Amino acid sequence: MSVDKDTVKKIARLARLDVPEERQEQIAGELNAILSWIEELGEVDTSAVEPLASVTGHSLPLRTDKITDGNKVDDILANAPEQASGFFVVPKVVE
Amino acid sequence: MSNLVAGQTGEWEVVIGMEVHAQVTSEAKLFSGSSTTFGAGPNENVSLVDAAMPGMLPVINEACVRQAVKTGLGIKAEINLYSVFDRKNYFYADLPQGYQISQFKHPIVGEGVLTIELADGTTHDIGIERIHLEQDAGKSLHDQHPSKSYIDLNRSGVALMEIVSRPDLRSSEQAGAYIKKLRSILRYLGTCDGNMEEGSLRADVNVSVRRPGQALGTRTETKNLNSVRFIMQAIDYEVERQIEILENGGKIDQETRLFDTSTGTTRQMRSKEDAHDYRYFPDPDLLPLQLTQDFVEEIKAELPELPDEIKARMVSDYGLSSYDASVLTEERETAGFYEAASKGRDRKLVANWMSSELFGALNKAGKSLAESPVSPEGLGALVDLISDGTISGRIAKDVFAEMFETGRPASDIIEEKGLKQVSDSGAIEALIDQVLAENQDKVAEYRGGKDKLFGFFVGQTMKLSGGQANPGMVNQLLKDKLRG
Repeated sequence: MSVDKDTVKKIARLARLDVPEERQEQIAGELNAILSWIEELGEVDTSAVEPLASVTGHSLPLRTDKITDGNKVDDILANAPEQASGFFVVPKVVE
Repeated sequence: MSNLVAGQTGEWEVVIGMEVHAQVTSEAKLFSGSSTTFGAGPNENVSLVDAAMPGMLPVINEACVRQAVKTGLGIKAEINLYSVFDRKNYFYADLPQGYQISQFKHPIVGEGVLTIELADGTTHDIGIERIHLEQDAGKSLHDQHPSKSYIDLNRSGVALMEIVSRPDLRSSEQAGAYIKKLRSILRYLGTCDGNMEEGSLRADVNVSVRRPGQALGTRTETKNLNSVRFIMQAIDYEVERQIEILENGGKIDQETRLFDTSTGTTRQMRSKEDAHDYRYFPDPDLLPLQLTQDFVEEIKAELPELPDEIKARMVSDYGLSSYDASVLTEERETAGFYEAASKGRDRKLVANWMSSELFGALNKAGKSLAESPVSPEGLGALVDLISDGTISGRIAKDVFAEMFETGRPASDIIEEKGLKQVSDSGAIEALIDQVLAENQDKVAEYRGGKDKLFGFFVGQTMKLSGGQANPGMVNQLLKDKLRG
């Protein structure tokens, strides 16, 4: 797998990262270096190994259906840059 | 019945698939302990998990898992004992995590089927591809401020089941029947309240058209339809729009569209530049969900009788028509009311009284069955009084109207107003004698061969009795008297 400049542009946009034009080539190179390093793992034969979902051997813990949380509007909004009447206020996002 | 749509240049086949989002009935959210109640103040039902504060971890609600399994069993689907939660990545102001926790590769429920019945009596099996569990997003209000949107995260993290159909639907009528049937099953199961106005059930509709027998056409997806009528309108509009484009040599763009409820039309929603690239990957915060067969069997044992089964029983055991049985089983409450009202009685007569008088009166009064002033037992008692000849069916309608008005039992009303049917032959004969004496000219005409006048004599006798004479006896005694 290899990453070119256009791919960098695309994934930066999807992640809402501002990557300037002049940095894109360089980042493509860095990503390719990382990817080729990871691809070394492909040398190991894992055809007989089950995919690993967890190293702890635990199963997914389940919660009972009880209301134990909520009613903390002040905490929820504490870091909001702008708020009004209990709502987060953000730049208009409707199309 | 053909579902083909005629265009200018020939016939078209419509292909529809639906993705229905059904809010899981539960106290708390899918991955947090905050409430799912509708109508709370802004951001009151929000925990730090729902607001995606750093360091918070999701813990799955067992009840939501049970509900999804139950729903799967209700549509005779395969239950996947191993399922995985994935992150579906996108940015929107009402999605604080920046991703929705959903299930992509390994959903909890696999292939199932739902049978729909149309107005013409035909039935169609609609394939269900999968059901997966996922989080709902928050709500954005765009009309509070000229340049700002207001965000309420109360819905954020509420459990949804996404129920994905195969592209097996062929008309807006079928799509309407599908959503109604699905809603009915969910409500019987108690896994979703089916309240479309409150957004508990909403549908995305995929529509394409093709020439019969040809490969599938390009589809469009119309999002977030929250009523049966809107679903059908949106489909009809899309079909017309797509046929017009294709017949004029254009091509359909695969795109997401929005339905405008005021005009009944759809319009393009998202620019294609960002076309769905959700970059799904397994959520590292959640281990795979592993169920045991025992867990599934336990839920299977709790399944209530479902509408198709009840309907079959009503037709075979009670002798109801397929249509009556469909009407009575569409809602769980209706079937329950009917079962209680008809138990140990003339099942067919109770069915008739429910579908004509009771539903008629409820409709007129704008009331739901739950608000009915006449209880199942009350209606049953009225039917008993008709069956044993205490009152005639004609009088029963008046009694029913009064029961509906006042909520009083039938027997009280009959007693108080002296409405008991007259089955005393002496009394009826006296009435007949009076009618015949007052209409001697007509008696002569009748005896002269004008048979049609018989109905007139019956009518006059019934009228004279104030509707209380036993109609069967009036008929018999009149025949005897007129012959003599």
